Amino acid sequence: MEETKYMNPYLAGVLLGLLLLATIYITGRGLGASGAIKSYAVTTVETIAPSHAESAKFYKEYKNEHTGSPLMNWLVFEVTGVLIGAFLSGLISNRLDFKLEKGPRTTTRIRIIGALVGGALWGIGSQLGRGCTSGAALSGLAVMSFGGIITMFAIFAGAYGFAYFFRKFWI
Amino acid sequence: MGPLVPDLISNNLNFIVALVIGVLFGAILEQAGFSTSKKLVGLFYGYDFTVLRVFFTAGIVAMIGIMGLAHYGLIDMNLVYINPTFLWSAIIGGLIMGLGFVVGGFCPGTSVCAAAIGKIDAIIFIGGAFLGVLIFAEGYPIFEPLYKSSNLGSPTFFNMLGMSQNIFAFIMVAFALGGFWIASIVENKVNGIVKPPIRLTPYYIGIASIGLILAISAFIFPDKKVSLNELVSDNSFVEKYDIDTISVDELAFRLMDERDNKLQIIDFRNEKDYGKFSLPKSTLFTIDNLYEKEPNKLLTVKHKLNVFIAKDQIEARKMAIIANELGYKRIKVLSGGLQAFVDKILNFAEIENPKTIDEEYTNRFRTKAKSLLPVLIQNNKPKGPVKKELKRVIGGC
Repeated sequence: MEETKYMNPYLAGVLLGLLLLATIYITGRGLGASGAIKSYAVTTVETIAPSHAESAKFYKEYKNEHTGSPLMNWLVFEVTGVLIGAFLSGLISNRLDFKLEKGPRTTTRIRIIGALVGGALWGIGSQLGRGCTSGAALSGLAVMSFGGIITMFAIFAGAYGFAYFFRKFWI
Repeated sequence: MGPLVPDLISNNLNFIVALVIGVLFGAILEQAGFSTSKKLVGLFYGYDFTVLRVFFTAGIVAMIGIMGLAHYGLIDMNLVYINPTFLWSAIIGGLIMGLGFVVGGFCPGTSVCAAAIGKIDAIIFIGGAFLGVLIFAEGYPIFEPLYKSSNLGSPTFFNMLGMSQNIFAFIMVAFALGGFWIASIVENKVNGIVKPPIRLTPYYIGIASIGLILAISAFIFPDKKVSLNELVSDNSFVEKYDIDTISVDELAFRLMDERDNKLQIIDFRNEKDYGKFSLPKSTLFTIDNLYEKEPNKLLTVKHKLNVFIAKDQIEARKMAIIANELGYKRIKVLSGGLQAFVDKILNFAEIENPKTIDEEYTNRFRTKAKSLLPVLIQNNKPKGPVKKELKRVIGGC
């Protein structure tokens, strides 16, 4: 069976916009992603090195801001949903497949290092930006937050600014 | 009135809601093609602008939608999470994320989406993001000064620029539509397509008209607070506006009547004056309370008669007009204002040699009220200001 074509981007955009609107109306907050990764990171440290988690400032501040287990977190549930939703969508459209995607002129090794380093940069950047593309940029744009929109422009500026240096990764 | 959490939807049910929202979020992203790094970075090399189209369409649809909800009083924006602004942290964090985008090929949300359908590079990316958070956590002493510097609170962009919400929203919509147009031109050029990027087909006409509707919508949902304040700034309009009044005698009678549980007085004076002297059955209110979810409940209690008082009559009428425009029912203002009530009832000077039966009755009633009411006032415990029990939702990542 052939892979089905992707949805029209404007239609997908309208659907995503309506979903974001419903999310804010129901819960008072927007969508997000990086916060879930943070919850898992904090949980891991609390489990493996509890004494460290009690003394280091970052974890202490996290504990002050969040009550209960870090995994009883709205974003952890939401991202679990993303996994399920994307999987089902991939299943329906026949896109399930284990594969490593890379640009035509790059090696697997470089792609793996790139993904790892890129992910790490997002890990750090999303903490400084207090959210990623979904939590800060998209949800911030919807509520017209100054910080969110600044982060959004900074992400685009950074990506376009650095794109030239990494063109061999992709084209 | 939204947000529905935590009133209509409990905090525990909210987790289930999160799961359902996540499923839809994941499905939409995957269907749009966000599950492949090649499509995502296409945006930065000009060969595929899908991300730009989906992202900005979603952003402006949600933005206009929220303006609409707020305009019709369906959502209390004071309770909605507005991302806080730490200027330099936001800029530098954003640039780092941008670098991460062209190096790693994903952003966190899309990586989860791609990992779900088996993309190995996405799984590695998530591992990297996990490490990144740990690096930040362990290096927190180094990052902290930047992370916490230049805290500007949670301003909106239009407030920061000092422009109206409508104009800002319009600019964003125009910016997005212009972006789509330029993106189509660049995309065709990079991919060597000679067809003009925009043609007069039903498809493009449809998109353009939806865009136009959104752009116009930016103006049909003015900020209710701003427009109502403008409406009541004209004193002659305020005086002509038809509002029910209640006479000082009726108010005095109902205050003394112990069985009367329908009357509630909404007092708009400042907290100091209210603390010094407040009527029984009254609650202190501020103009902002009229737009908020929690105080809102008080005004919508069934069968209650809401009598508005303020420092003077014109002020009380203004508040009543705003409440009326916001759709609250059974609003009355005190005829002559609070001052008239004080002069005619509390400091009542008996009419000497009453000539008519009416004056006779007035004498009798007001003398009685003058002796009873001060006791009630003395015993009254001031209520309000209406506390915001509901806190702003904590959101973000």
